Amino acid sequence: MNDLPAIPDHGLSWLEASGDHADIVLSTRVRLARNLQGHAFGPRARVNDRESVLRKFRECAAKAEFLQGGTLLEMPSLTPRSRKILLERRLVTRDLLGDPQSGPVRGAAVHVSGSAPVSVMVNEEDHIRAQSLLSGLRIEQAWRLVDRLDEELGRELPFAYHHEFGFLTSCPTNVGSGLRASVFMHLPGLVLTKEIAKVLQGLGQVGLTFRGLYGEGSEVVGNFFQVSNQTTLGKTEEDLVDHLDKMVRQVIQYEMHARQVLLRDAQGVTEDKIWRAYGLLRYARTLSFEEFMNLLSGVRLGLSLKLLPGLRVYTLNKMMIFTQPAHLEEAAGRDLSSAESDAHRAAYVRRVLAAEGEVSRGDRPSDEGPPSDRF
Amino acid sequence: MSDIVCDNCGSTEAVVHLTQIVNNQMSTHRLCEKCAAEKGLESTPEPANFPLTDFLAQMGKDPAVDADPASTQCPFCGLTFRDFRETGRLGCPQCYETYAPHLQRLLRRVHGGTQHVGKVYLPPDPSASELERRLDALRRKLNRAVESEDFERAAELRDEIRSLEPA
Ligand SMILES: [Zn+2]
Ligand SMILES: [Zn+2]
Repeated sequence: MNDLPAIPDHGLSWLEASGDHADIVLSTRVRLARNLQGHAFGPRARVNDRESVLRKFRECAAKAEFLQGGTLLEMPSLTPRSRKILLERRLVTRDLLGDPQSGPVRGAAVHVSGSAPVSVMVNEEDHIRAQSLLSGLRIEQAWRLVDRLDEELGRELPFAYHHEFGFLTSCPTNVGSGLRASVFMHLPGLVLTKEIAKVLQGLGQVGLTFRGLYGEGSEVVGNFFQVSNQTTLGKTEEDLVDHLDKMVRQVIQYEMHARQVLLRDAQGVTEDKIWRAYGLLRYARTLSFEEFMNLLSGVRLGLSLKLLPGLRVYTLNKMMIFTQPAHLEEAAGRDLSSAESDAHRAAYVRRVLAAEGEVSRGDRPSDEGPPSDRF
Repeated sequence: MSDIVCDNCGSTEAVVHLTQIVNNQMSTHRLCEKCAAEKGLESTPEPANFPLTDFLAQMGKDPAVDADPASTQCPFCGLTFRDFRETGRLGCPQCYETYAPHLQRLLRRVHGGTQHVGKVYLPPDPSASELERRLDALRRKLNRAVESEDFERAAELRDEIRSLEPA
């Protein structure tokens, strides 16, 4: 890729399927929102504010031990496709990419560290959005990493901080700790046993929020959910992080129980669903995003229940990223229509599954290697 | 192809719904496949807008606090009360002073309180009192670490405290 020079490996290390419960929890993210004194926040910042913020960050990044060996990517100088690749890799937000027509604003940038799984968005809604993105359920560890990064940044950058309200943010829903911890989970057991609504409602009552994708007729696409803390003010960072961790572990217990119920009461149907999903992914000639996600969910469940030995969680995680539109276009070396995209997606999935070898009962999964794909 | 329009890009092929529950309130966005592919894996959950929009609509209607909110303007960034009500975003750090009474009510509603109890920020050139507040916070953390027998963390905190204490 021409204008996305060597993003350090850490940009994709969250795919590696390590960490607790990696078959159920894909990834953990903790981010901190910070702003600099003396400048208007993102939405009201002028060009000279944003350039000054970026200059100060750049000076700070040069000294920060945690950001060594990293890459600073300025959004306006990237091609639209490269920007979308960063979005699909969850290293930037749509907000940082700006309006689809006019593109990103001057000063919008992301720094990906070379020495730790942390990155920093500059000039998003807040001046600084530092995040740690890890594979599996590792909320505490992600918090400790981003906390250390925050200490280094705060030593050089004068953060806007208020004795009562804490760290000041553009949106009052982020003020105080500026901390948002979120966990990306796969919950097919709870969806298939129709327990999911109860569980999600319960999360709402203990101060957590969730989001999920639904297809036509309220069927869940892919059974993936993102759970995060709702409030940021009035609790210590450790309490916010502990609480999310406890609740997510509870949800994992419910999910594992639901899977046991499926195997006990509907083993034949469940196995059939899983093998059909695998068969379609293995041989289909065209796959829409929605269909792909639903089939992937079935295969992921099969792998987790040890019904599809020989496949690795890492392979499935990687497929989720590399079947997204901009990644498919990058691999094809050109823009793709929606129909072409579906055909390329199917071809990519066939190739990856074929390389993984024929799945059959009795094979044991090989070791889970770290990601090696890079541009 | 359906006639439903994508809430994100306006394409007429919306088939996927993105559902979120925030503060026990559910919202659903219709998305086309392309936008769903992006949003479904998107980096940050959207900030919670429901309590905010609700509350912002009410704001400015309480004569006790809102003497003349329409004429209030932030002296640093020029954000008016109306701007804030419309966007739900503040303009600069100074806005938190300008709109403090409104914000206290809003923050109580959104977060259940107004007092930050998390990290105590130590600015690049701290004053004696800033240093003292930071040390207090670190000592509280140290006590917690010792209570929960996290001795590795306790040792780190002791080092940090020692490095900040006046010689
Ligand atoms: Zn769309
Ligand atoms: Zn202001």
